[in-house]
Amino acid sequence: MLKTLMNRFEQGNRTSSYPKTPIEMPSRYRGVPTIAPEGPDAPADLAKACAEACPQAAFDADKRTIDLGRCCFCGTCERVSKSKLVHFTQSFELSTAKREHLITDGIGAKNGANDDANAGALPDLANHAKQHFKKLFGRSLQLRQISAAGCNACEADLNVLTTPFFDLSRFGIDFVASPRHADAVVVTGPISRNMRTATLTTYEAMPAPKAVIAVGACAISGGPFTGSPEVSEGLESLLPVDLFIPGCPAHPLTNLHALLSFFK
Amino acid sequence: METKFHAITNGEAIDRNDIPHLPFTEFRDEALALVAEGGKVVQLFGTAAVDGALPDGALPDGLLPTIAVMRLEDQLWVAATDLPETYASLTQEAEVFHLFERELAEQFGVTPEDHPWLRMVRYHPNYADRPDVFGNDYAVDIPGNYSYYAVAGEEIHEVAVGPVHAGVIEPGHFRFNCIGERVLNLEISLGFQHRGIEPMLPGATAGRRQLLVGTIAGDTSAAHSLCHAHAIEALALADLSVSTPDQMVRTAALELERLANHTGDLGALSGDVAFLPPANYCGRMRGDLLNMTLWFCGNRFSRGLVVPGGVGMDLEPVDSETVLGRLTELKPQLEHVIDLIFTTSTVRARFDGCGRVSHEDAQHLGLVGPAARASGMDYDARRVFPTEHYTQIDVPKCQPFTGDVYARARVRADEIIASVALLQDLLPKIKSTKSTAVQDHALAPSSLVVTLNEAWRGEVSHCVLTDAQGKIERYKIKDPSFHNWNGLAMSLRDTGISDFPLNNKSFNLSYCGHDL
Repeated sequence: MLKTLMNRFEQGNRTSSYPKTPIEMPSRYRGVPTIAPEGPDAPADLAKACAEACPQAAFDADKRTIDLGRCCFCGTCERVSKSKLVHFTQSFELSTAKREHLITDGIGAKNGANDDANAGALPDLANHAKQHFKKLFGRSLQLRQISAAGCNACEADLNVLTTPFFDLSRFGIDFVASPRHADAVVVTGPISRNMRTATLTTYEAMPAPKAVIAVGACAISGGPFTGSPEVSEGLESLLPVDLFIPGCPAHPLTNLHALLSFFK
Repeated sequence: METKFHAITNGEAIDRNDIPHLPFTEFRDEALALVAEGGKVVQLFGTAAVDGALPDGALPDGLLPTIAVMRLEDQLWVAATDLPETYASLTQEAEVFHLFERELAEQFGVTPEDHPWLRMVRYHPNYADRPDVFGNDYAVDIPGNYSYYAVAGEEIHEVAVGPVHAGVIEPGHFRFNCIGERVLNLEISLGFQHRGIEPMLPGATAGRRQLLVGTIAGDTSAAHSLCHAHAIEALALADLSVSTPDQMVRTAALELERLANHTGDLGALSGDVAFLPPANYCGRMRGDLLNMTLWFCGNRFSRGLVVPGGVGMDLEPVDSETVLGRLTELKPQLEHVIDLIFTTSTVRARFDGCGRVSHEDAQHLGLVGPAARASGMDYDARRVFPTEHYTQIDVPKCQPFTGDVYARARVRADEIIASVALLQDLLPKIKSTKSTAVQDHALAPSSLVVTLNEAWRGEVSHCVLTDAQGKIERYKIKDPSFHNWNGLAMSLRDTGISDFPLNNKSFNLSYCGHDL
């Protein structure tokens, strides 16, 4: 008993006050990218070099855009361009309500500043959220998670939302054990051929109205497994997706920000 | 011991011509002789090119070139043979070949005769365009023609769980045969996570390969990336020798991964016996440990940190100082929570004697990692086949254990304490590192390399074969879970079905690492 109390005292209160107080990410974290306009520092050749180096073919050299749905945030383009063309900021607010919104031209940089304050390259998620979802699920949101060939990194960073630091349930959001109890399904992984039916059956078992959330590069585009005959090219080829949360894996704060902005 | 197998070294490339090619019967006898001496299988796989685009009849004369890598004490052995379309299974003599032979049958359509449990492993068409061993039509959904082990009798009932489980976890199917609450047999059928990684790797660019090996099992990114890096470093024609500070960072990455996962597991085990305070504390501390990896490389799962030739980041002394500071702060908390778990009588009452796997069974199944050490097998690749900075580190031998949930938890706790001490010693020595770019390297032609590292779940091994042009012909991956799933099934024998979650957590195996 005494040990229990002493541990409790030592552990203290760890719950973050996010979103009231912002959280700063360490400098090596790669979040929303900025892309510099064509200029002497960032010529078209450099854009080509970035596109060629990108292992995920996420960088479009002509349009100077990054598809965050394919991007695995490995930082290769940033290294190749020595941060002069592509720079990943520490902003973890990466999620969008539409697939095409994930193809970003890194507008923050176009405004002249290559800093985090201007990282707003993505359309504001809260404004694009379906308003009836907010009304329905704003106070209570029950999530059913399906790992459909996810590598357990996205799963782990969703699961961690229930630990004391994030404490998801203080927002009225919980993971539930049955699709019958769920308002939204959270899918991770590239949806392998062998998980296709189970994914669809789970979705069908949920009562309407229901939301679909794709977490991670795999669920959005197939991720690193794109091109394998054993996986799909993303959840959208199977189900209507309402919320896209990119990353490899998506950081827990990216997940939390997305859930709060979209549903609350 | 005398064997016709050829001795090789962890992480050193050899010419393919140096691999002894044995007639099948001799290969079989020699492999079984190694097992009889206490040897274990590291790899057993068909070496026909697997790149997702095999032409018809890819196997010359219908024979499947096959390589076995065995380990006996501190030595690795390799030999090759040609497997005919049907051959006398090795599993009927030694259980350690069980899943490897099933995998061979699934990947290349060769039938091991008298295999005691010939079933699919991952449910996909074979790579050799041969008739399917299992008679499956892969247009039909999983599980296809899979007949589960069934127990007959009036009071026998079956419980089927999955593929989608109740928590935030990966998919798999568990089939229990029970009498009342007592489990007579558990059969685990996987494959739902199959992404086809092995066929993707030979043709992938270096950049894509780096992403793929990092996602074989996302929670074991550092270990798989390290095995991949060792393989490429051994095969590359250019000099890719790794500097001492880089080796230290890579060692630290592997230990942080071990720490984070073991801490999470202890919390989950505590949660499963309804002792919630440590469950919460460990969940939070696991996050702190992941954030240390985030500090080093910008990713909580060490993506891009371990790359062929070194590390992917420029690190300054301040980085290891920062991580060391956080670890030093966390250390007493970890120790106190561990003490709390193991001195709480309600926890001990549930852990003690639950899901026991005997030393003998563990030997037969060829378990690895903490699960094996809990059953009294002291194999640890860090000590037996040391790489990186482990050559300078005295990894402690674990004490003999009882094989139950308590033992599997205690092994983790001991490894947490040891890892913290190891990191406290290592981190101050790390000065600065220079980042190494991931790029395509010309590889030695006609070579083989086998790499082994001790991940938090046990022995990870990668095996790479190049062709006469120095292109990767076959990339074989083995996650420790491939050895250990049957250990979980064994632990459930004669155990109450309500203790399944506890036993499952005590193994905490990877679905995607198994399914590839």
